[in-house]
Amino acid sequence: MTSVVARRQPAFGPRAARIGLYVFLAVSAIFFLLPLLLVIMNSLKPMEEIRQGNLLALPINPNFDAWVSAWQSACTGLDCAGVRPGLWNSIKITIPSVVISTLAGALNGYALGQWKSRHANMIMLLVTVGLFIPYQAMLYPTVKILSNVGLFRTYAGIVFVHVIYGLPYTTLLFRNFYVGIPDEISRAARMEGARFLRTFWSIILPISTNILVVVAILQFTGIWNDYLLGLIFAGNDNLPMTVQLTNIVGNSRGAANPNVNMAAALITAIPTLVVYFLSGRYFVRGIAAGAVKG
Amino acid sequence: MSTWLKRQGFKPDITVAAFFAVVAIFFYGSILWTFYMSLTRSTLIPKYEIVGFDQYFDLFTNQRWLVSCLNMVIFGVFYMVGTLAFGTLLAVLADRRIKAESFFRTIFLYPLAVSLIITGLSWRWLLDPTTGLQALIRGIGWETFTFDWLTRPDRAIYTLVIAGIWHSAGLVMVIVLAGLRGIDNDLWKAIRMEGIPLWRAYCQVIFPGMRPVIASCVVLLMSEVIRGYDLIIAMTKGGPGISTEMPAKFAVDFYFARVNLGLASAASIMMLALSLIMLMPYFYSEFRRRS
Repeated sequence: MTSVVARRQPAFGPRAARIGLYVFLAVSAIFFLLPLLLVIMNSLKPMEEIRQGNLLALPINPNFDAWVSAWQSACTGLDCAGVRPGLWNSIKITIPSVVISTLAGALNGYALGQWKSRHANMIMLLVTVGLFIPYQAMLYPTVKILSNVGLFRTYAGIVFVHVIYGLPYTTLLFRNFYVGIPDEISRAARMEGARFLRTFWSIILPISTNILVVVAILQFTGIWNDYLLGLIFAGNDNLPMTVQLTNIVGNSRGAANPNVNMAAALITAIPTLVVYFLSGRYFVRGIAAGAVKG
Repeated sequence: MSTWLKRQGFKPDITVAAFFAVVAIFFYGSILWTFYMSLTRSTLIPKYEIVGFDQYFDLFTNQRWLVSCLNMVIFGVFYMVGTLAFGTLLAVLADRRIKAESFFRTIFLYPLAVSLIITGLSWRWLLDPTTGLQALIRGIGWETFTFDWLTRPDRAIYTLVIAGIWHSAGLVMVIVLAGLRGIDNDLWKAIRMEGIPLWRAYCQVIFPGMRPVIASCVVLLMSEVIRGYDLIIAMTKGGPGISTEMPAKFAVDFYFARVNLGLASAASIMMLALSLIMLMPYFYSEFRRRS
């Protein structure tokens, strides 16, 4: 019992200091919540209340009209179908991108962990540097390569780009996890006659559930929230939600309807927020693991 | 030959080779290609005749590029110092015995799940002088209250800093907190026994011992600064005027809207060079430590 308490640091001493501490925490909490509250409040206001001018006033007659418009009739340029097509595009892009980049990262990470060569460190360095290459230095050649094979501005093209650009990150996360598991497991499987891919699929993958969830969540958040790659590579028929949202907000008709814009922003944010609230522990662990070891 | 193939089935080499090929082509090959384009006079259509470093010369006499770089430095310094200080403070507080810790933590970290596009839009709405915060505070009686930075060319960049800190403070908090939780309990006992005041304990003992942790935060934030694009697009679109333009947006604009392939490539290569220079010390110490 004492040891459990002793692991945590003691509280601040004097009473005044403790009150100050909670005031600071409360102010910080307000700072973090303010944008979210603003968007929620105004998405529930009818236009008459918006016209009164103050976005931070509480809604008097809250209703979901703005949500309905944002969902099905807000205009992104010429067509007025709301964020619904964007939501579907984002789902369609995100799911295969996350699954493929996560599984490929696991395979690569395992292979790199098993690969005993004096060049291993060199490859790790190249991959790690790869994480920090600004997209701008790779964009044009990627566009060229994809147009040559007819994938530029197509559905397959955007998924491909998400997978390729995500690979160094997922590979590193898995590699750091796999160097921590005992080599005996792989060796025993090889003795039994299991080939490399077989070992990976039947032995290694089943014991990697935690890291799989962590990486999948990070990739989901990253790809769902992506804007630049979707804008360039998805093509008009597959624009993800983030791009459609900026089109709705930037539209001349959109400027007049802040409540609809905010409802559209909320609908776009909901999927990653839900994942965050449901998986808090994994989410946080992923960020810490990716940052400290990567 | 067939035994060689059979043996390969048990080794990771083929997978490693495939992965290496992808990285070599799409990452390093692309960089070389972009560098090559930056040495040409390509506009909409690529030209393959090398003219030397003309584009770089044009770049550094381009007013908009120079302003972009300066903006990046201003944004970078304030954003990094602010995020590090605020995030570290939150981590220290969360490491003490506070009530409702998980409640506060949930609030401090949720911006990490929110896209930079939505971050930018929300802060733009919040800081809009005619309808946002300024209007609210005037509305409750303080008639002369003014906070119109979003629309002032000399101040708009700091509104990006605020939104950036809002988005990233949680990241620093998580990383520093993980570092604090890893600190040996005996060290704390010794500090208590010596009667060292808390703030001195943190500044002189705890933080210096966490240098690698702080270094990873710095590296992550720095790469956010150099890549910064989405936040600007959503919040200011580079304006008012060109007062919040930054290199990442400069490059994308010149690639696609202004179709000056050569200049955009030169700008991209400069961004890459900056990233590598900034990361060099970190990689050097990281890899020396490992091997």
